[in-house]
Amino acid sequence: MRNPDPSTGQAATAGPPSSALTSPTSPPRLIATFLRRAAIAAAAGPLALLGGCNMVLFTPKGDIGVQEKNLILISLGLMLLVVIPVIVLTLWFAWRYRASNTSATYAPRWSHSTAIEVVVWSIPCVIVLTLGVLIWRSTQSLDPYRPIESQVKPIRVDVVALNWKWLFIYPDYGVASVNQLAIPVDTPVEFNITAESLMNSFFIPQLGSQVYAMPAMQTKLHLVANEPGVYAGRSAAFSGPGFSDMHFDTLATNRADFDAWIARATASPAMLSRAAYEQLAQPGEKAPVTLYSNVAPGLFEGVVGKYMRDVHGNPICGTVAGVSTPALTLNHRAILAAE
Amino acid sequence: MFGKLTLDAVPWHEPIIMGTGAVVALGAIALLAAVTIAGKWGYLWREWITSVDHKRIGVMYIILAIVMLLRGFADAIMMRAQQAIANNDAAGYLPPHHYDQIFTAHGVIMIFFVATPLILGLMNVVVPLQLGARDVAYPFVNSLSYWLSVVGALLVMVSMFVGDFAATGWVAYPPLSELGYSPTVGVDYYIWSLQLSGLGTTLSGINFIVTILRMRAPGMDLMKMPVFVWTAFITNILIVAVFPVLTGTLALLTMDRYLDMHFFTNELGGNAMMYINLIWVWGHPEVYILILPAFGAYSEIIATFSGKPLFGYKSMVYATSSIGILSFFVWLHHFFTMGSGANVNAFFGIMTTVISIPTGVKLFNWLFTMYRGRIRYHSATLWTIGFMVTFAVGGMTGVLLAVPGADFVLHNSLFLVAHFHNVIIGGVVFGCLAGVSFWFPKVFGFTLNEFWGKVSFWCWLIGYWLAFTPLYILGFEGMTRRMNHYSVPEWHAWLVVAFVGAVFVGLGILAFIVQIAVSLRDREMNRDVTGDPWDARSLEWSTSSPAPFYNFAVLPEITSMEQHWDNKEAGRAYVQPRAYEDIHMPRNTGAGFIIAVFGLLFGFAMIWHMWLFAAVGLVGMIATFIARTYNQDVDYWVPAAEVERIENARFRQLGIRRFDQPEQIEEMA
Repeated sequence: MRNPDPSTGQAATAGPPSSALTSPTSPPRLIATFLRRAAIAAAAGPLALLGGCNMVLFTPKGDIGVQEKNLILISLGLMLLVVIPVIVLTLWFAWRYRASNTSATYAPRWSHSTAIEVVVWSIPCVIVLTLGVLIWRSTQSLDPYRPIESQVKPIRVDVVALNWKWLFIYPDYGVASVNQLAIPVDTPVEFNITAESLMNSFFIPQLGSQVYAMPAMQTKLHLVANEPGVYAGRSAAFSGPGFSDMHFDTLATNRADFDAWIARATASPAMLSRAAYEQLAQPGEKAPVTLYSNVAPGLFEGVVGKYMRDVHGNPICGTVAGVSTPALTLNHRAILAAE
Repeated sequence: MFGKLTLDAVPWHEPIIMGTGAVVALGAIALLAAVTIAGKWGYLWREWITSVDHKRIGVMYIILAIVMLLRGFADAIMMRAQQAIANNDAAGYLPPHHYDQIFTAHGVIMIFFVATPLILGLMNVVVPLQLGARDVAYPFVNSLSYWLSVVGALLVMVSMFVGDFAATGWVAYPPLSELGYSPTVGVDYYIWSLQLSGLGTTLSGINFIVTILRMRAPGMDLMKMPVFVWTAFITNILIVAVFPVLTGTLALLTMDRYLDMHFFTNELGGNAMMYINLIWVWGHPEVYILILPAFGAYSEIIATFSGKPLFGYKSMVYATSSIGILSFFVWLHHFFTMGSGANVNAFFGIMTTVISIPTGVKLFNWLFTMYRGRIRYHSATLWTIGFMVTFAVGGMTGVLLAVPGADFVLHNSLFLVAHFHNVIIGGVVFGCLAGVSFWFPKVFGFTLNEFWGKVSFWCWLIGYWLAFTPLYILGFEGMTRRMNHYSVPEWHAWLVVAFVGAVFVGLGILAFIVQIAVSLRDREMNRDVTGDPWDARSLEWSTSSPAPFYNFAVLPEITSMEQHWDNKEAGRAYVQPRAYEDIHMPRNTGAGFIIAVFGLLFGFAMIWHMWLFAAVGLVGMIATFIARTYNQDVDYWVPAAEVERIENARFRQLGIRRFDQPEQIEEMA
């Protein structure tokens, strides 16, 4: 697991860990490396500005966030290689060839130059080619569905976007929480995400990627926190009147504190039965942080699958593989799980 | 009979809305009274409302856009004020219910009723003139298109005072926009205003494609068309290709809401992802629909004021066309975070960056048009240079958002908001304002006041950067869009700066209005007697200012790409032909206006479930259209003698410049 490097210059050179861009062996690689170095140099100015502000996306606290920060800086730098000269040339030409400057050359008929045209088509092509390679590789390595490689066993969190609060279910512990997410540091977290009825986007800026929370569907996201701390999380997709209050704290702690949090949840008198969930799913704003014990087994799958019906209009329980057992209702599942 | 409509639909208890309503009502009464007192109703009806003259329709489009710009800007400054106040979870002054409608209305109005009419207005004014045509191919349809756009805008305005508007964001994603979660008429206002104006836009698209393909002056092959016409051509192809998708998508949403169907709901296998895909299949080409004609305007302006032909004309044409094609392969970049596989995301990310190649080429071409030129600093030049600098940054942030890994943290943030304002204000709005100041004399016969034009430019430029640089930063600070209030103290200062920026933009709009007023007052001082105030290059500058209703007394023969410039060089410009011929012109018609009035009734009645009125409206629309098709009296001939009288007056005017001695002219006359 890569630790985030607080020194910005160092961090900018650290690409996606598996990226072949970092091993310059063949000429194209050399060119890519050169462009990347130049990009980093070009990004250095804005980076210094941005770094000075300690902005959230530039102080990531997890590996995915670090990679995304580097990706942003490298891409920006690559493009600035063209954008800065264009801006400078625009202003310079505008000044140099002003009508009052009669000493400047005036070529009133000149409107074509094959050489210049070749150059102006090639420059963006080269940049886009480089970016294209970068996009292909980084999109593969940062795919939210891709598990994070680690020695530590990942923990699983099922996320349900309710109106307008966040429900986090810990299927391995049988506990759940509203508007508070606890995770141990340096441990990959596997999020399975859905929504009760309205679309939201599950986003913890300092940890990295967001993914939509959509009703009747399940999405996946893998994140990791590498530093203890409290990180703000919120919905990034507008979902109606309570949207602005749909935020939560992410408590990234050491393992012992995380276990203590789980123990607190396990001891919580509030239990998340099916009925309690229905109660919780009623629209409401600014819900207080609540911990739940005894989460009804299969609750998350039930939320994902609740719109699935068989030809007779009866609910089909919605696991991905649930199609083969159409008569399996929530209650059946709960009974099965209890056995 | 009145469906869901009752007196309770008017938000009597909302002081902000009622105050606005009172001001609007007073203004409307004052306007109507002024027209009545001046006895101008007949004039308005004959010369404007029923006009099929493409120049007048263009002017009316731009007036519609400016009126709606004021409304859209009012929404903008209210949002900026709310976010500047609502720090530390303070409620601010706009409750979510109201605030959510405002940001939805802001987006809808700015895209559909400001940017689109501005672009359509410019194309209406300029395209037939640059083609050497006397009007568009279907003048009546053009009038119909315009009035349908007005009806769409009216419905959005009415929603403020009767009922409410959608509170869903400007693309109205389901399931939020479905009946279950938006039970009021807001989304229905959204649907019907876009359906009616969208119909108008589609018809415009067809009209312009036919005009450009069939009505070019003799000798003008495609590669001799001015670049503005090329951009208009591609834009209209895109309109015809994608506006039906919007219409279809909204029709499916309508069926969900009205007929209890489940295309996009959660029940019965419906899926909101389908709507999101469809809306962006329209939505992404839409931004190129808006930006391409603006690119065309910059091309004409920069060549004219640099005193040089446009650098790389062919490059420009190919770049424009390839943008048109590529724009269909990028829609998924609006939702990389939906959970598509890495390969899908990477494909659409790469396609999006590929679009930046032709766009970059365009920037270079404008750059090399300036190179070795003699640049005159008209306000249109300032808008163009301001655009080049601003747009370079906007393009860059756009490509950054096209990198899926970066988008995963920037999606739906204020960085995104800053990006699309960067390209729409810095690209479309600057381009249209540049175009207005450039082509204004061609329509009105006098130039705009330069001082106020430049004041407007600097206010807009400074305002843009002040308002949206903080939004870029806030995106990096993790602030998402559409927040009504927040509790992150670090955001507050930036939002206050953004508010100040919005005030500057407001000053820019004010300066623009002052510019129009001052120019109207000083119109005699700023008459353009030559028809070519900027020493320009393309065909529209060869006819008089204002252009006569028939545009060209004699259809020009085209021999080069810059016909007017080459004529001037060869001494062929301003030579009066020996004889004139009768000119065939379309007759004015009220049919477009009447259809639109029925359309307004239909739309309003559908929104409120007033089925009887809706039927009347729909039947009225169709019946008027059929009646119109049976009307054989749709054209007339302008006698050669009348043409000669008008043209003689013009050449006498030109003579003033030649002799510089008014007395001599009077003797001659």
